[in-house]
Amino acid sequence: MKTFIGIDLGSTTTKAIVLDEEKTILGRGITNSRSNYGIAADLAKQEAFVDARFYLFRQLLKDVPALKDRLDDFLKNFEQDFRLEQYLEQLADLERICTGNAGDERLGKDGAEIRALLTAVFQQLKDEAPTLFEPGSRRKSDFFRDIAGSQFSSASEKVVRESAIGFDAMLNVYDRSIIDVENIIADSLDESKFMSALERTCKRSTDFSHVVEDVRAPLKRVLDTRIEETYVIGTGYGRATLPFSKEHIRSEILCHGLGAHIMYPKTATVLDIGGQDTKAIQVDPQGIVESFQMNDRCAAGCGRYLGYIADEMNLGLHELGPMAMQSTRKVRINSTCTVFAGAELRDRLSMGEKREDIVSGLHRAIILRAMSILSRSGGIRDQFTFTGGVAKNEAAVAVLKEIAFDNYGEMTMNVDPDSIYTGALGAATFARRAVLH
Amino acid sequence: MNTVANQQQEVQKEDSMLLQKAMISANYDALATAHEDGKKISSTFVPGNLNELLMCFDLVRNLPEINALQAGMRKKSGGYIMEAERSGHSEDVCTYVKSDLGMMAKGQVGPNGKPLPTPDVLLLSYTGCFTFMKWFELVRDEYDCETAMLHVPYQADGKITDNMRQFVVMQLKEHVIPTLERVSGIKFDIDRLREYLKESAKAEEDLVWVLQSAKNRPSPIDAYFGGVYYCGPIFTAFRGTKDTTAYYGALRQEVAERIEQGLGPVTPEGTLEEERIRLVVEGPPNWTHFRDFWKMFYDEGAVVVASSYTKVGGVYDFGFRHDPEHPIETLADYCLGCYTNHSLPDRVSMLCNYMDEYSADGFLVNSIKSCNSFSAGQLLMLREIEERTGKPAGFIETDLVDPRYFSPANVKNRLESYFQMIEQKKAHGEARTAA
Repeated sequence: MKTFIGIDLGSTTTKAIVLDEEKTILGRGITNSRSNYGIAADLAKQEAFVDARFYLFRQLLKDVPALKDRLDDFLKNFEQDFRLEQYLEQLADLERICTGNAGDERLGKDGAEIRALLTAVFQQLKDEAPTLFEPGSRRKSDFFRDIAGSQFSSASEKVVRESAIGFDAMLNVYDRSIIDVENIIADSLDESKFMSALERTCKRSTDFSHVVEDVRAPLKRVLDTRIEETYVIGTGYGRATLPFSKEHIRSEILCHGLGAHIMYPKTATVLDIGGQDTKAIQVDPQGIVESFQMNDRCAAGCGRYLGYIADEMNLGLHELGPMAMQSTRKVRINSTCTVFAGAELRDRLSMGEKREDIVSGLHRAIILRAMSILSRSGGIRDQFTFTGGVAKNEAAVAVLKEIAFDNYGEMTMNVDPDSIYTGALGAATFARRAVLH
Repeated sequence: MNTVANQQQEVQKEDSMLLQKAMISANYDALATAHEDGKKISSTFVPGNLNELLMCFDLVRNLPEINALQAGMRKKSGGYIMEAERSGHSEDVCTYVKSDLGMMAKGQVGPNGKPLPTPDVLLLSYTGCFTFMKWFELVRDEYDCETAMLHVPYQADGKITDNMRQFVVMQLKEHVIPTLERVSGIKFDIDRLREYLKESAKAEEDLVWVLQSAKNRPSPIDAYFGGVYYCGPIFTAFRGTKDTTAYYGALRQEVAERIEQGLGPVTPEGTLEEERIRLVVEGPPNWTHFRDFWKMFYDEGAVVVASSYTKVGGVYDFGFRHDPEHPIETLADYCLGCYTNHSLPDRVSMLCNYMDEYSADGFLVNSIKSCNSFSAGQLLMLREIEERTGKPAGFIETDLVDPRYFSPANVKNRLESYFQMIEQKKAHGEARTAA
């Protein structure tokens, strides 16, 4: 099976899309962009191929009578169990590396005590893992670094209470180890991982215990399907660091323009707010970029700004939008400087403003800055497509809609739940065209 | 893709560049010892500079913007700017000004490492940049030296009227020339001026020929990154000298040979082998990262075929030449015709004309963060030119000599996106034509 891959190396996350010859999206993959873009690209691509396996699996299971009306439920459970398998594998890596780092002779006799505490911490993490991956459970993030970091931190807080070792010593070991763990590329396409996940799903519920034999063969067929990486195109800020030749690299402007056009063919204006840049793009009816504007060297008002705010409030990035939606009062915030975000937040809190009103004001500030970039690019035309990580934030979408409609009149505004993959979709489309056109 | 012919470590330079380098170096040496040699120094700006007139009084010419850009290219401007900011000049002030003031505060050492003595006279010919007036006010305050101010009327309606010309001529006769006579102790000799103007006209003819050579495919020159070198002698302390006439003769010869051999422009890494994109550029280049900036273009096969910046010290390509038969009037016409003295509609027409005559694929603005007078209105110009020509336009932001304002990743990202956008549009247009 021929596939065409697009990889978008953003400043915060790296995304990949796998397309087939018929332009069907087989899989999407995402990972945090770590210091090593090469690894981030490989991991995102591998995740997209995992997702492609799930897609193909679903197609085969549609005809299994035992799963009639329960296919979605089954696959949801199965995917969570697969993620749990991945998590446990990375947790084992983390434990091994943390234990090794705790053996550092500079720690002296503390090393042995830290190792003992680590054993207790990791036991707790392993015990808690299945709950994190229950279907329907909400996690602050989908990335191992964030999930494991948060779990490790709260487990360590508990174990150090009975010990002479300080909490900071435990966190130091974690900080020294997590980058090494992130740079290990585990084989997520390994058959045994899928099979173990299947066993878990079938054991988890009596609803599925009797389907195990019906689904094992289709799963095996999917895993045996040879998926060829026919052509890859890289885009995004980190594209220059990819080990690709020039023909395999496209600018993110072109990819976002085309990606938005593929998602919504009547798109005329695209706004993409990513981690470190905001792009306003005008495209023609074929998805060809006519003009664009970006923020200059200052990344004020980009997605990273929301990230800082979330950190300052000890919240997950996913939680900011829902909190802003609770706002009942408009708080005007003019600074979108990421560096000053924390100060701005504390200042408003000290003035007695409510957290949800402040967060709502911060969302408005970001969108006002984006409106200025949109104006510079030629304004907003119908249809208007909003993409990038910030488009996943319901409060940002709501404010954008209000301000855009106020300034440019009512129009169709498109926001795809998978809009974070827009650049990768454009890149994958370029990859497909490079071979088939 | 690297589109240049060779990857030698040594920076490639044309012979004319070496000739120019020697001229600049000799001028800085002359400035360093001017007072010891019994000579007086004038400071003046590039747009509307009256070099031939200053030479009539044996004044050694110092150009503060050129010092600032030289400091930028030699990585000294960052320190000078911080020095100026320490003495109270805000972040938004023109960085040429701050570089100059910082250089003065740090002991007045020129780009060649030799002292830059205090000027004896400031000749300000005001041709559209308000900041120049404020700059010389500060310099005058510092040095307490004589100032000659020439008010040049703005070309708001896009033409030079006889009244405008007479107003400038009157000031030259009644104020500027008497001031220069008094400062230098030398009586004005109009025939001497005529001789210089004759040389100017010859050099201008060759400069225009060189700049217009970019109409060829491939263009034998880069009219922006190379262009700033080509316009150097005429825009600064050398217009009207025999050295300058010789320089432009040699340059023309070099370019003629390149056309004959079908060669592209010379870049620091050798001859550009494949011209993929032809651009018209508005706005000055960045000087602190000049070579990195240029590389972002030639690595992608992008050649600038016409630029407005190579017209700030005089617009010659629409026919104006210094005229020895009308020596004072021609100085007036020269000042009135500088690019900075043109209105936005005029600038738009000029740039659209370049897009057409030079068969450009796109129009790019390099907007300067700290230059309010030149950058104002550039987005409007961009929209208008885009609409009139139907060619894609791009916009980047850098600065003249403040290294903090040059973000390589951001500029490269925008340029690459822009170049790919042009190529995509070209390919789409070709496909449509073929269908």
